[in-house]
Amino acid sequence: MSLASTLHRELGLTDDELTAIRQRLGRDPAFTELAVFSVMWSEHCSYKSSRLHLANLPTQGENVVVGPGEGAGVVEVAPGVRVAWKIESHNHPSFVEPVNGAATGVGGIVRDILSMGARPIALMDSLRFGLPGRGRTDFLVEGVVDGISSYGNAIGVPTVGGETIFDECYAHNPLVNVVCLGVVEHSLQHGRAEGPGNALVLIGSSTGRDGIGGASVLASSGFDAEAADKRPSVQVGDPFAEKLVIEACLELIRADLLAGFQDLGAGGICCPASEMTSKAGTGAVVDVDRVPRREPGMAPFEVMISESQERMLAVVEPSKLDAVLAVCRRWDLGAEVIGEVTASGRLQVVSGGEVVADIPSTALTDDAPFLDRPRRRPELADELGPAPAPEPPADLEAAFLAMLSLPGIASRRWVWEQYDHMIGLGTLQGPGADAAVIRLPDSEVAVAITVDGPGRFCRLDPYEGACLAVAEAARNVACTGARPVAVTNCLNFGNPEEPEVMWAFTEVVRGIADACSAFGAPVTGGNVSFYNETEGRPIHPTPVIGMLGVLDSVEAQVGIGFRAEGDAILLVGATDELDLGGSELAALGGGAPSGRPPRLDLAVERNLHLLLGRVSAEHLLRSAHDLSSGGLAVALAEAAFAGHLGFSVELPPGEAWRVLFSESPSRAVVSCARPDVAQLTLAARDHGVPIRLLGAVGGESLEFGAFGVSLERALSRWDSAFAESLSSKVG
Amino acid sequence: MSGRVGIVVFPGSNCERDCRRALESLGAQTTFVWHKEVALPDVDIVVLPGGFAHGDYLRTGAIARFSPVMSAVRDHADAGGLVIGICNGFQILCEAGLLPGALRKNSGLKFICRWVGLSVDNNQSPFTARAIPGQRLRIPINHFEGSWHCDSDELERVRANGQVVLRYTANPNGALDDVAGLTNARGNVFGLMPHPERACEPSSGSQDGAVILESMLESVPTREHAHL
Repeated sequence: MSLASTLHRELGLTDDELTAIRQRLGRDPAFTELAVFSVMWSEHCSYKSSRLHLANLPTQGENVVVGPGEGAGVVEVAPGVRVAWKIESHNHPSFVEPVNGAATGVGGIVRDILSMGARPIALMDSLRFGLPGRGRTDFLVEGVVDGISSYGNAIGVPTVGGETIFDECYAHNPLVNVVCLGVVEHSLQHGRAEGPGNALVLIGSSTGRDGIGGASVLASSGFDAEAADKRPSVQVGDPFAEKLVIEACLELIRADLLAGFQDLGAGGICCPASEMTSKAGTGAVVDVDRVPRREPGMAPFEVMISESQERMLAVVEPSKLDAVLAVCRRWDLGAEVIGEVTASGRLQVVSGGEVVADIPSTALTDDAPFLDRPRRRPELADELGPAPAPEPPADLEAAFLAMLSLPGIASRRWVWEQYDHMIGLGTLQGPGADAAVIRLPDSEVAVAITVDGPGRFCRLDPYEGACLAVAEAARNVACTGARPVAVTNCLNFGNPEEPEVMWAFTEVVRGIADACSAFGAPVTGGNVSFYNETEGRPIHPTPVIGMLGVLDSVEAQVGIGFRAEGDAILLVGATDELDLGGSELAALGGGAPSGRPPRLDLAVERNLHLLLGRVSAEHLLRSAHDLSSGGLAVALAEAAFAGHLGFSVELPPGEAWRVLFSESPSRAVVSCARPDVAQLTLAARDHGVPIRLLGAVGGESLEFGAFGVSLERALSRWDSAFAESLSSKVG
Repeated sequence: MSGRVGIVVFPGSNCERDCRRALESLGAQTTFVWHKEVALPDVDIVVLPGGFAHGDYLRTGAIARFSPVMSAVRDHADAGGLVIGICNGFQILCEAGLLPGALRKNSGLKFICRWVGLSVDNNQSPFTARAIPGQRLRIPINHFEGSWHCDSDELERVRANGQVVLRYTANPNGALDDVAGLTNARGNVFGLMPHPERACEPSSGSQDGAVILESMLESVPTREHAHL
């Protein structure tokens, strides 16, 4: 038996994978090679459990310039105007060390966007924790928000929205998913290492032992009681270095000095070195002795797989090398030639003049093994029926006020006030809106972005839940007046070796594929995060959907808040009184989600988006707000809070509590000037969307007909509940 | 309105482009000045923008005050030229001794990005000349270290000289005497924590920031020019 016969397991490789490595190499792997394989073949880097299924997602579209497989997706949002965007998870590191885990999650996705030649201009975070006040939750919330705040604010990229959701299933496995959007400034960059003889230049921070095996150790296995011992696998962020990397690299791109460009994240130097050469059909020699270190005594494998942050790899023609190094010097930024592109088709690593690894590049990328893991439909799926009706609340007013204080509903101001959401002067709508509306720099083009993931529904029915997630994201974008054009997704699941988890995964992918096809919004990229479990307890299947929308004009944008006294309030879309499975009303009663999720018809949902797009382009809407958590009652209240105007409505027919709190999808509350009601109604009929006049904006109270509450009282409950739910326990 | 404005860019500055957009929309001509420059270009006004100069490592502004350009900024101020430091720029001016006091961590020990109310408590300053005394302004803040402090003697002097130009109407960060912005004794160097460049366009919800930036730009022709 060879050295590798036991070592590979410690590195997270299976016996089958060791056999596959021997086949690819035609011999036993050397130590450094084994370490490289362990990282590049990890779940996190290779998508071995998901690749087969992700191929079913729609990825083509007229606006798509770059689809999945590059650093980020690129979408043309106006003639000649291209944005790059993507979502990434940093779940495991954020549980082990929340501040740096979340911070480096921001840093990592920002470099993905930069790698396309785009200036990062907006961030969004999708966060999930256990219930506030229990266990480590408050500590994790404070740390994660602090990490995002300290990193995002310092690099000057606004955090324009996101979501913060609480459910006990995330208590031991919080989710930190980060979306970044950038705009291509000068020219699109590609992660390809063309041209043998070109130099490989490592730009940015020096390399240390932080994050050794982050991808393989943290992101590709579950947690046990020794989670804290994994802290050395969490990377440490330096936002100042990242800011310099952004500015210097954009300057290099403006001067046309780069022939290829990619970020370093999971897998360290191995990742771009193998991916860039594999894509170009070339090879590379990397001399690890030339990699600047921040600590002595690092072995070649440590240098190759270290996940030290704030680094980029550039391919530079020899004639441009001096210019590249000069720009980096002016920014006081490290830049070192660490190797060169070859024609060998192999990634060769040299140390002390000796070859310590010699691997075909494609063996680490396209030719990495993938699996068709067993799947099994869980028994829960057979029990789904109509939602067991939650008890009708004895007192509607009390239930409404209690709901405004729920962690799933209360204002997130405590979170987003810690984020610079304004820098860049492009945030036309920021946190609290249905979707953020961002005006691109030095441009009158605006886009809308949002991120949504109702995990409760996916727990009940992963296919329906995934459709609902895409639908809600698209509806959020449509409510701002934008046309949904592209999706980026982060798929957070438990252990893929569990057949029930794998079944849920394929159901979610099927749901996303169907919904994206129905809405004409292809998937431009994303991320899969498996092994989100602690001590054998998986999270809900949690697809987080980022949706990008395009506004035809800045003037067409619509906000959620009521605007003027006397405006008419209308409910667009149909309410099903039975849509209470997994609802906030059910959550109010406590217990795990049960019943079937709300019923969604993708064609009906699509009609709503088309209607919203049309009437906002015709300037008929004063406000529009989608109905989701908490149903009609909460949507009306949020529109009132945002506009600081009360309302008086008459509820649609039905049992008041069901009508108020049903979470039927494909609905929105809109307001318009009185004289426009007729035209709005006609437009809705044209699109086959039910519409109903509910009442009028005005006054200082929320009058639901069945009951009424003063605006100030409701607003104060909603506004303060979130901070109180944390601080009352943290003390 | 004209006015030549140099916007100093430190490594880690991040509001320089926003300042440029706001000032140019008000008619100013702007130039970025890299922190390693030892001389200023031909400008009437120097802006130290917001951000995290040199990462704000050690202490906000503590390293930036040693950047080569700061000697030229000091000369410009000594000659009576206008200098405005916004947020991180305010912190740097305090560290450099061009403004009294220091900025400490917010009393809530959290970063705050929020719209705040301000009152103009001195409209004799070149930075508030367009305001009426007591005028209320709505401008966002965006900082972790924005709680202005000084010792009691200094506070007496600062008050007596009318150096406190802007006060918070509801103190968000524990700043002494609700100070949001103040000048040096001569009145030509101004530091403020709120970001006026974020409140200049109709789409931002308030254009009160333009009151400050326009006051500053309009003050140029009537003032003694710095040696340039």
